[in-house]
Amino acid sequence: MTTKLLTALLLGTSILGTAGLAHADDVTLNIESWRGDDLAIWKDKLIPAFEAKNPGIKVVFAPSAPTEYDAALGAKLAAGSAGDLITCRPFDKSLELFKKGNLADLSALPGMENFSPVAKAAWQTDDGKSSFCVPMASVIHGFIYNKDAFDKLGLKVPTTRDEFFAALDKIKADGTYIPLAMGTKDLWEAATMGYQNIGPNYWKGEEGRAALIKGDQKLTDKDWVAPYEELAKWKPYLGDGFEAQTYPDSQNLFTLGRAAIYPAGSWEIGLFNTQAQFKMGAFPPPVEKAGDTCYISDHTDIGMGLNAASKNAGAAKTFLSWVASPDFATIYANALPGFFSLNSTPVKMADPLAQEFVSWRDKCKSTIRSTYQILSRGTPNLENETWVESANVINGTDTPEAAAKKLQTGLDSWYKPGK
Amino acid sequence: MAAETRPKRPFRWHIAVFLAPAVLVYTAIMILPLAGTLQLSLFRNIEQHQVFVGLANFRTLFGDPNWSVGFWNALRNNTWFFVIHMVVQNPIGVMLAALLSSPKLRFAAFYRTAIFVPTILSFVIVGFAWKLILSPLWGVAPHLMDLVGLKSLFTPWLGKEQYALTALSLISVWQFVGIPMMLIYAALLSIPEEVIEAAECDGITGMSQFWKIKLPLILPSIGIISILTFVGNFNAFDLIYTAQGALAGPNYSTDILGTFLYRAFFGFQLQTGDPNMGAAIATMMFLIILGGVCVYLFLVQTRLRRYQF
Repeated sequence: MTTKLLTALLLGTSILGTAGLAHADDVTLNIESWRGDDLAIWKDKLIPAFEAKNPGIKVVFAPSAPTEYDAALGAKLAAGSAGDLITCRPFDKSLELFKKGNLADLSALPGMENFSPVAKAAWQTDDGKSSFCVPMASVIHGFIYNKDAFDKLGLKVPTTRDEFFAALDKIKADGTYIPLAMGTKDLWEAATMGYQNIGPNYWKGEEGRAALIKGDQKLTDKDWVAPYEELAKWKPYLGDGFEAQTYPDSQNLFTLGRAAIYPAGSWEIGLFNTQAQFKMGAFPPPVEKAGDTCYISDHTDIGMGLNAASKNAGAAKTFLSWVASPDFATIYANALPGFFSLNSTPVKMADPLAQEFVSWRDKCKSTIRSTYQILSRGTPNLENETWVESANVINGTDTPEAAAKKLQTGLDSWYKPGK
Repeated sequence: MAAETRPKRPFRWHIAVFLAPAVLVYTAIMILPLAGTLQLSLFRNIEQHQVFVGLANFRTLFGDPNWSVGFWNALRNNTWFFVIHMVVQNPIGVMLAALLSSPKLRFAAFYRTAIFVPTILSFVIVGFAWKLILSPLWGVAPHLMDLVGLKSLFTPWLGKEQYALTALSLISVWQFVGIPMMLIYAALLSIPEEVIEAAECDGITGMSQFWKIKLPLILPSIGIISILTFVGNFNAFDLIYTAQGALAGPNYSTDILGTFLYRAFFGFQLQTGDPNMGAAIATMMFLIILGGVCVYLFLVQTRLRRYQF
């Protein structure tokens, strides 16, 4: 009964919401999204740009709250009232929709050739044969640093691990700044900004990630334990009471100028630009020796797919091809610094910090977070366990080896590669 | 009315009519969902279909170390959470009530209100306020402790595995100490003056009056408070969730049955929810609480001596 009521309500809102906008001959496309923050960008920049080029197609961006998105979308799809275009979460959530037949196969969509296989991996079947969402944006991991602090202490931007730790030692010895702004209270900082940030340099990005999925490598192998060993070494450089420091605490510590280096994701750029009163720079995770190939986590985060039940599939495909074009990428990446286009065509961006981040794509190899594809489907959940164990390693609760062993044991209990 | 004996009494419809609203509402919002949960725990989703699997979910919960370790950890933490409430919250509540009921105390109404106010605050406010108070970066706790020269005793309690659960239990005690206080206060006020006067005539005054006269008279209330605390604690979830997040860090040290259930049922981040296993955990919580209440009702309640005035 409640489902029916909910469905009726959702149906009601979607009809009422669009009723006033439909014109006689125009096709109206509705976009489902959780990115309410981007409403202004879609309304003022992206949609006008598309409509100017494609008369006769109207586009409406209709976001819902991030926490409700998946449930609301599921209900709308079941009731047949979902929008024509669906913003895709990466990996399993979208894959499930595709398997249920809610998302159309877009492998042959013009414009898909603009994306690299890594970019498409988040919205493909496990065998990589069908793609069902156009990749829109990714976030890149690295370190953002306080340029003023570096100048004052006469520090060079570190490129190798030894230089990195030498710089941390110097900042610590000086005492003005907290060397690293990171806490372990919220757990995911340690995993996402720590382990997944520095890890790809050890496990060689895609090579290691693919081997892990195939079962050729284990989390207890040297390349996967080594990032934990480095994380354990971060402990003395974190602020006092980092065990109870939350993610917003870390952000504030850095933007208030009290910390020198912030292990970051590029999504911070927008916020940091408005809050920090000092100059900022960024550097990729340091490599072992100068000249080594560097690997960065260039994590696919958001894509767009076609509702298989859409009545305007033709117009929707035109729109998706446009989303796959460099035009869209330029507007989107500039409006949202830190969310980088996945398009193979380089995008010109005005923001210097965003430029710095994206420049790493040329010299480093991109990969995505190791736990996201396939490996987090079972119980215990590898991603969640990685959060807990990364924090444990930094807190000193677990040794790197013990943490890796726990993760591998958990994974082994349900994941049998090669089947 | 004449007392005629009729062969058959008419069915008393008014009883059914008056009971109906309560029965219907209670059935709709309590009994049906409970039955639904119990039923859900006996099924499993196999290839998009709910299949009856008997007690297999419970076998997984207790037999598979991936589940059982988490469950026993949550149960242990929950027990500790309850113990702290029993040994800290309830005695303090009784003490506060005894102080408040003392006729010599001035501003009693003010204290009573002040102590009771946190009880009506939202968990979210309490969780965030205490997270800020105890923050090693901007919290007032380190500063205040510095003022009295105890800075060296400060540690980031909420982030340390060995302290986090106790710290959270004490926060919860702070929030809810008003409830035992109010109940005991009411019980103390209901003790008739004659009893107290008789005690005074016999020379029992001051502390011994509390221990020998008042405490035995409020024991039934303390029993009720204990059982309320038990039920409340084993259903707790909100405070841990707002202060520590759904993963109940650090290292699951603050994971209680409520958060364990939440992660299983609704999922978290990349973990997809498993309503069937969630229902199995919820069923266990129900049985634990049911067991505790039964022990109280049949073993404790019946032995409590009641005094009629």
